[in-house]
Amino acid sequence: MSFDKVANTNAKTAATARKPSRGAAAVEWADDRLGLATLAKKQLRKVFPDHWSFMLGEIALWSFVVLLVTGVFLTLWFKPSMAEVEYMGSYDQLRGIHMSEAYASTLDISFDVRGGLLLRQMHHWSAMLFIAAMLVHMMRVFLTGAFRKPRELNWIIGGTLILLGIVEGFAGYSLPDDLLSGTGLRIADGLVKATPVLGSYMSFFMFGGEFPGDDIIPRLYTVHVLLIPALLLALIGAHMLLLVYHKHTQWPGPGRTNDNVVGYPLLPVYMAKAGGFFFIVFGVTALMGGLLSINPVWKYGPYDPSKVTAGSQPDWYMGIAEGLLRIMPGWETHIWGKTISWNVFLPGQIAPIVLLTMVLAWPFLEAWVTGDKRVHHLLQRPRNAPTRTAFLAAMITVYGLLWAAGGNDILAVKFHQSLEMISYFMRGAIFVIPPIVFVITRRWCISLQRHDNETLLHGYETGVIMRSPEGGYTERHLPVNEERAYKLTARDRDEVYDGAGETDANGVAAPDSRVKRLRSRLSTAMFVNNVQKPTVEELEDGHHHAEHELELEEGLDHSADGHQFDGRHSIEGEPLRGGH
Amino acid sequence: MSDNQDTLPEISTNGLPAEEPIANPGLPAHTWRPTDIDPAAEKRAERQVAALFGISMISTVLFVVAFFAFKVGDEPTVVGGFGASTVALGLTFGIALLAIGVGVIQWARKLMGDHEIVEMRHPASSSPEDREVTLTQLAQGLDESGIGRRPLVRNTLLGAVGLLGVPMIVALRDLGPLPGDKLYHTIWTKGMRVVRDVVGTPIHVSDLQIGDLLNGEPEALFPSEENGYPELSGVDSQIAKSKGAVILHRMEPSEITPSKGRENWSVQGIVAFSKICTHVGCPISLNEQQSHHLLCPCHQSTFDLADNGRVLFGPAARSLPQLPIEVDDEGYLVAQSDFTEPVGPSFWERD
Repeated sequence: MSFDKVANTNAKTAATARKPSRGAAAVEWADDRLGLATLAKKQLRKVFPDHWSFMLGEIALWSFVVLLVTGVFLTLWFKPSMAEVEYMGSYDQLRGIHMSEAYASTLDISFDVRGGLLLRQMHHWSAMLFIAAMLVHMMRVFLTGAFRKPRELNWIIGGTLILLGIVEGFAGYSLPDDLLSGTGLRIADGLVKATPVLGSYMSFFMFGGEFPGDDIIPRLYTVHVLLIPALLLALIGAHMLLLVYHKHTQWPGPGRTNDNVVGYPLLPVYMAKAGGFFFIVFGVTALMGGLLSINPVWKYGPYDPSKVTAGSQPDWYMGIAEGLLRIMPGWETHIWGKTISWNVFLPGQIAPIVLLTMVLAWPFLEAWVTGDKRVHHLLQRPRNAPTRTAFLAAMITVYGLLWAAGGNDILAVKFHQSLEMISYFMRGAIFVIPPIVFVITRRWCISLQRHDNETLLHGYETGVIMRSPEGGYTERHLPVNEERAYKLTARDRDEVYDGAGETDANGVAAPDSRVKRLRSRLSTAMFVNNVQKPTVEELEDGHHHAEHELELEEGLDHSADGHQFDGRHSIEGEPLRGGH
Repeated sequence: MSDNQDTLPEISTNGLPAEEPIANPGLPAHTWRPTDIDPAAEKRAERQVAALFGISMISTVLFVVAFFAFKVGDEPTVVGGFGASTVALGLTFGIALLAIGVGVIQWARKLMGDHEIVEMRHPASSSPEDREVTLTQLAQGLDESGIGRRPLVRNTLLGAVGLLGVPMIVALRDLGPLPGDKLYHTIWTKGMRVVRDVVGTPIHVSDLQIGDLLNGEPEALFPSEENGYPELSGVDSQIAKSKGAVILHRMEPSEITPSKGRENWSVQGIVAFSKICTHVGCPISLNEQQSHHLLCPCHQSTFDLADNGRVLFGPAARSLPQLPIEVDDEGYLVAQSDFTEPVGPSFWERD
């Protein structure tokens, strides 16, 4: 193999103007009218950095497109009406039964429209994928500190997208008007009625009278196919525009700094990769829709307010609200002849918003505590922000516990435990376990930071055991290569803010000293235990130490087995362990 | 690598270079891929990509074939226990899409140029001059409008626009009727028979053994010429059902501990309770036969039917409303009256 032969795709000379082609003529025609060339000039070869975790948001984006496509098809057959009809379709078990037109048309889509069931299942699977991908993408952004200036607004837009996505999903699975979705709406009615002062009015206005009424399905339909999709589309547009304007964050590395972005150009590589990935997401959704059953509404039967199935579960993303509702004690206040239903209002309306706000507010809290006004385009490893990582771990724990609480009846059956015990356990666990997870995660991160420093100062473990003349055993460490060493040091040093002692000339505490004290205290709590990267001197000391060790063994002219890693031989071309 | 399109180098403010223990070694040199230097590998990759696109085309054709070949409806084609149409359409469509996706990405990875490009970032903010000009123009525009100097105009405009919110809210008024006292009443009236929930036949005292649980409905939900109840529309029937459904349970009369005033609400150990959970309104249906405990399958609120529907466990706060029942001349169970309290989830106005 010789290196002089290069594929013609990696051109070595600049493109020269050729005689105008048909494509150029088309561009000219369009540019004469739209003047897009100025914009396209900057964007066509725009650089996007590459990392597997940047794909998570892409999954969400492409599932949204799949949702739009499959959703448009479904609207062609679905009838959003609660008018009572007698089912005369192909599904034998329900023929002759009275049901709403919405449910009947859902059955028709499932049994009498070719590809209808495929579309329904693809639509439902991609909805799950959409919300799951958004949540994981949000965790990625949080853990790597990608929300820092200048991206705070995009962080908020992202949080709003998740909230809208969940509401959209709920509206969507309520539409078929089957027994399960009707039960979901009944619970929603209970949640609305628990609103202080306005509850019963809100319920009557929502359902067009008393629950269930005959208005809720057509109303939810408009919300589901018009209102929320339009909001989602607009916010996704804003999310993407800001992404393009800020340029994507990247991991620090050789040649990758806070001032540049290194990667492949939009045209052709990134366009091909992202476009190809759209087909992959779409294809996987199609396979899931064809092979994996989801929401088999014909098994539940039409909605009947006096019936329910045991083990009723909402879609998974509603799981935390379900868990909150289940483990909340039955508290109600009766005052002046009025009722405040804490048992429903708190877990159903307040708690989910509080939890989401806590996560969304963290970046602003962090920015206030650090006082950091600089722009950040380089990502942080989760271990290098131990408090932040631990906070998310605790929040994920809350999420997971509530999720489990949302299935407490199923857990009770599967694990042969008493339902009451599981619920009582969850009531305590929700307050006890997250702090424990917080502490463990933080110490874990700090240990990993310490490990990074050891790798920098003493090298990595080769697995080669050396025996000294005295008979002692030591493990040979070798320095990591420059690229890895640079990556380990490419992070900021944390600074602990100390504004506690600030007084004016007369020794009187500054007027905002209480705020400053709080900030110092938070700053200390967040950063004082973090391990900072070694200084130049420490690194040099470490290297001297390694050299000294080598000198001690100078007299040896040969080594035990594993000599190729003893530091006296070139390791070029030798197989190294663990890809160091 | 010298493909910088923007040459606006910024001074890094992020970490002082002197503090950095290791200097940035710079971008590693580009390494060639096998497809760059070996024409055979290049050809092979080209054939792979084209083959994937070919597979997609074949799969799309198969999709169309499957669409017309497999029947749905009354007698769907079934293969291996699955509806053949859905499975075949999903498989062929999925493969057609996946093959395009994998093909394009293979093309990008193996054959497209793989030089990494460095682009410089710009600050998100505008230049200070632009900012200055914008602020000046803003001030000038506001000044020319006189909005600061003419508070009367400003305030009346704000008032007028603000008031426009009122029609929007007022227009929502007809979304539904006002609750009135609807939540306080159900379809039950004195003397209405309790009937079986599916078939609508009346329930005789002797139909229930000790320990039996039966789902009951008000007879008015099954109107007939015989019973004389008026026809109900689908909506009204659903609404009536969502409040009127009851649970009948028979136990030893001695086990019942009625609270004051409820001593004669049961018939020979048969009690009737609302089936609608007082938590958020799920129908309650899980019964523990021995203990007379009733469990809601949605959020597991547990009620004691022997003790006036008291909450034993779970998120519900209120006892299950009890329907007072008696026996008519023919020995069938009938209601003594409507429920004496609202059925279902709590709401603000109720005590």
